Parts: sequence; structure tokens; C-alpha cells
Amino acid sequence: MLRDQDRVFTNLYGFDSPYLEAARARGDWDNTKDIILRGRESLTKEVREAGLRGRGGAGFNAGMKWSFMPKEVSPGRPHYLVVNADEGEPGTCKDREIMRHEPHKLLEGCVLAGGAMGAQTAYIYVRGECYREAEVLQRASDEAYAAGLLGSNACGAGARFDVYLHRGAGAYICGEETALIESLEGKKGQPRLKPPFPANVGLYGCPTTVNNVETISVVPAILRRGTGWFLGLGRPRNTGTKLFNISGHVNQPCTVEEEMGIPLKELIERHAGGVRGGWGNLLAVIPGGSSVPLLPKAICDSVHMDFDSLAAVKSGLGTAAVIVMDKSTDVVRAIARLSRFYKHESCGQCTPCREGTGWMWRVMERLADGRASIEEIDVLEQVTRQVEGHTICALGDAAAWPIQGLIRHFRPEIERRIEEREASPDQRSAA
Amino acid sequence: MSATPPPAENTFAFTPENEAKAQAIVAKYPPRRQASAVLPLLDLAQRQNGGWLSQAALDFVARYLQMPPIRVYEVATFYTMFNLKPVGRHHVQVCTNLPCWLRGSDAVVAACRKHLGIGPGETTADGEFTVSEVECLGACVNAPMVQIGDDYYEDLNADSMASILETLKAGGTPKPGSQSGRHACEPAGGLTSLTSTPAVRRFLEKKAEGNQ
Repeated sequence: MLRDQDRVFTNLYGFDSPYLEAARARGDWDNTKDIILRGRESLTKEVREAGLRGRGGAGFNAGMKWSFMPKEVSPGRPHYLVVNADEGEPGTCKDREIMRHEPHKLLEGCVLAGGAMGAQTAYIYVRGECYREAEVLQRASDEAYAAGLLGSNACGAGARFDVYLHRGAGAYICGEETALIESLEGKKGQPRLKPPFPANVGLYGCPTTVNNVETISVVPAILRRGTGWFLGLGRPRNTGTKLFNISGHVNQPCTVEEEMGIPLKELIERHAGGVRGGWGNLLAVIPGGSSVPLLPKAICDSVHMDFDSLAAVKSGLGTAAVIVMDKSTDVVRAIARLSRFYKHESCGQCTPCREGTGWMWRVMERLADGRASIEEIDVLEQVTRQVEGHTICALGDAAAWPIQGLIRHFRPEIERRIEEREASPDQRSAA
Repeated sequence: MSATPPPAENTFAFTPENEAKAQAIVAKYPPRRQASAVLPLLDLAQRQNGGWLSQAALDFVARYLQMPPIRVYEVATFYTMFNLKPVGRHHVQVCTNLPCWLRGSDAVVAACRKHLGIGPGETTADGEFTVSEVECLGACVNAPMVQIGDDYYEDLNADSMASILETLKAGGTPKPGSQSGRHACEPAGGLTSLTSTPAVRRFLEKKAEGNQ
């Protein structure tokens, strides 16, 4: 189990004040100037070598992403850091806790990450519904300006650094990085075609890196404690600590910081009080937010919670939002609910997603009731393959994967409903 | 998403206080990039206008930011937090996505029905309450939950939801956050981490003294 002294988010639960004096006592803003003065290349290299993989879901090496920014800042094309605080993946509620309980870790992370990519401005795009969280973050930012940590000569390191909060207005798709940039420019949040990538043409056409709140917030700890410390936690290629959200049918739902790669069973039993009715009552787990395929109990028995282990069982770590379903769950209905979510959130730009999410949801609703034929399961599976990979952004994939996971692991349950309905004369005449 | 905003029925302009706020918002963005302020300014206008955006408010924001009105309409119809018709004074937004559903959001919707007499998408006759069904609001380890105004109410059940609604009906202010006695997102049965952290120990000691 992760030792408390290795935990980054020591005020995760908000038992202490989020504001500057208490944050400093927790170690934030401690000699940030010296870290900045190590220079752009060194900061990027340290984070890359620590193996910090993006905490927003994709799991791409953060230092590597920063290194795609142009080496020199050209006149009239400032570099931007944009922090993705538009948390909305069902099951996920980790960035909210950072914003309301550890805002100074995020702000210090902005200064350091900005320094590593030649940016002097950061925009934090906060989910619109998170009004109270944005209030705390704004007050923390005001404190940091007043203390000279932000603004002209930020942290006394000789350069200007500004952080601005920008509140969204309710659109899941704006969590996609190019949709977020569009939204920040004052448009509908519709993803952009890539290339060009944001590192070349991003916000206002300028070089931009978009990083998740958690990714940015662990940067100060890595740079302060050293890459060796971070590399010593977790498993190879899956290093460090991670915030896990454990929701659904557990005895004590919670958010907890644990070592990357902790066994799923240990995570649930140690921190979330176990599955309701005991481990034997487990039906399935969605291990990384609604977009990743669910896992049946047999896989949950032994799987580790990291990017590579979960990819190996055809799921994903995603945002590390663990949604637990016990045997009382109507699993087809559960996935149908997610299909409705993706239909609601499709931005409408690409035909396979705009039309496909609605079509898949309607079929899922019928499957939940057994109002379908067995062959339609295969048609649905084929349609998910035609949506997956055929859209500008990953929302199409995210809508397809939960259904693919359901068919892969629970096909007999879907067939049982159809057969039961067919066998019932009342139902047949009603249909 | 509805296509056309409702017809103009009034005029709109920022109050002096909101005008100052609007100027501070626009100043966050580079020169000539004032369109970036469209979401925050629509939010500001909606708050001033009693929770919804009239045609006049949309047109005002378009003029304010020197944007073609159609661009502002596009934005206003794309984002779910903008209401293009009046909503009740208390907008009860119930999350029914999977993590909330697994922990009883059906009972929360039913409590709204029972105590307000309306279902999702409806407003009470006196204009006091609107109930909406919304997608994941991102408080999943505190499910089920609702948002009312700017506040989250978490760890709900039928009883606590009823109590919140009755408090609001009586003109009171229910306490936001967890309704089951949790502080935030920690496990309810006692901490499984951070127990050796000084600030956490101080808090727990203080709490224990308070309980004696």
C-alpha cells in the first residue's frame, strides 16, 4: 500500500484549508523559483523521464507532449498552456477534488509546466457546473497573484506568468482537447481535424498544449522530489500515483490516491469497503470511466489498475473511475444508459457518430427489454465497428466500446432476454 | 437541442455591476479575441435575467462582443447550461447517469415527483421549481446527487431529497454537500489513507473533541 509520505494530494478530502498559508505548510510553492530556473529543457526532460502519463484518459507521456511545442517562441505567436478541467466522464470526480481542496498544486503546476513549454499564459477551462470549485480556484489564484507567485516576475524567476480561469457551459465534448480550444475561442465545442496538432496550431492559432488537471497538479511533486521517486512507484511504464474514484455498488464509495498498478480487488476492498454483499456478489466493473469496456468478475479477480494491464484485457485505465456493479445490476440496461449519454453528447459534426449514437442507443433500449432478434446483436456489433475509428474525435469510439464490451462478456444475458420474450406468447402478441 | 431562441419580448442591458464584471472577463483574452468571452458573458446575462436567456439578452451579448448574432445563437443552443426559456426559481437538476442510477437516482426523481408534483422537464405552476434530468455532474463517489442553483447536494436518498425540497419550499436554505454526514469524498466508514498527515490528524482530533 502507498505510504502517506508518498501521497501527492495530502488535502484530498479537504480537512485542511485549500488556501495559500495551509498549502505552503503542505509544501506547495516551496522554492518554485529554483525549479523554474533549471530551464525549459531540463523540466521537460525530467517529467518525460519520470514517465508521467496523461491523467485525462489517453495516457500519453506528458513530457513528450510538451516537447512537441516549438523550441523558440516566435513573435506574435505566444505559447499557451490550457488546462482541461472540464471533467465530465461518467464515474469521474477527481479533478473536482483538486480544484476545491488542492488548488495551489494546480496553480504551481501551471507555472512549472508553462515554464517547460515556453508559455507565459495558462487558461484553466473549468467545467461550468463546477461553480463552487471555480470560486475556490479563483480565490487561490488571487492569493497567488498577491503573493507574487503569479503575474509579472512570477515566483521571482524573472518572467511573467498569468493564469486565467474560464468556465464552460455544459458540454461533455469540450473535454476533447481541440473541442475545448474551439470552445475557449467562443465557438460551439466541435473537435478539429488533426493535423495540424495543437502544439503547432492551437488556441488562437498559436502553439498550445492541453493537459488534464491531475497531470499538471502532480508536476510540482515530480520536479521537487525527483524522477527517481516517481519511477519508484507503480509498475514499469505505468509510474507514480493516481487518483482513483470508486463508485457504484461498493460499501464505501470514495476517491483515493494509490499507487499506479494496484490490483483492482485490493483497491476496492482496502479503500471502498468491498463490493456490496462481498466480492462473490460482483458482476462487473467499468475500470476507467464510462468510455472503457466493462470487465466481468473473472478478470476483475486479478487485473492491475494501470494503462498497460487494462489495455491487455481489452479495456483501459481511462480516468481511473471505477464503476462497480453487483449481481443485482441490470447490466444491459446499464450500458443502454451510457448509450443514451453518448447520444446526448455527440456534437453532431461527424455522421457516423451523430447518426450512430442514436441508432445504437435505440437498439440497446430494445435489447434491454429483449425486443429484438438474436441476429441484431451481430448487426449492433458491426455498427459499433463502423462508428469506431471513423470520426474526427474519440467520442464515436467511446460510444462503441461499452457496447462491444457488453457483447463480448455478456452476450448470453442479451440472448436470454430475447429468447424469454420470444417464448412468452403475451409478449409476442404485444410486439 | 432546440433550434430557435424565443421571440424578443423585452430589452436587455448589463447592470452597472455586471458591466464591470463583463469588462474584467473580456480583459482575460488577447485583443480582438473578445469572442472568447461569449460563454462567461452569456452566463452573466442569464444570472441577471432570472435564470434564462431571452432573445434580447442574446442580441445584447452579440453586440457587446461584436459577434454576428447567429454565432451567439449557435453557442447558446449548443451548451446545456443555457436556458432559452424561463426556468423555476429553483432549478433542480437530477443526475441519472450510471453511477447515480446504480445508487438510487430513480428514488431521487420519484421524490421530486412526489414533493413537487412534476417530472423531469417540467416547472411547477407557481414558477418556483423546475426539475431537469441531467448527465453526469462529476460527483460520482457521492452519488446519487443533484445540483440546485450553483450547489451540489450529495449522498442523497428519498428522505434527504424530500427534506431539501421542503426546506426550499418553506423559503429556507438547505446545507449543500453530502447529506449523509460525510465531509467530502472520503470513505464513509473511516479513513483508509492520509491518517498520518498532520493536518488530517488535527482535524480528526478536533472532531473527536466536538463529539464528546
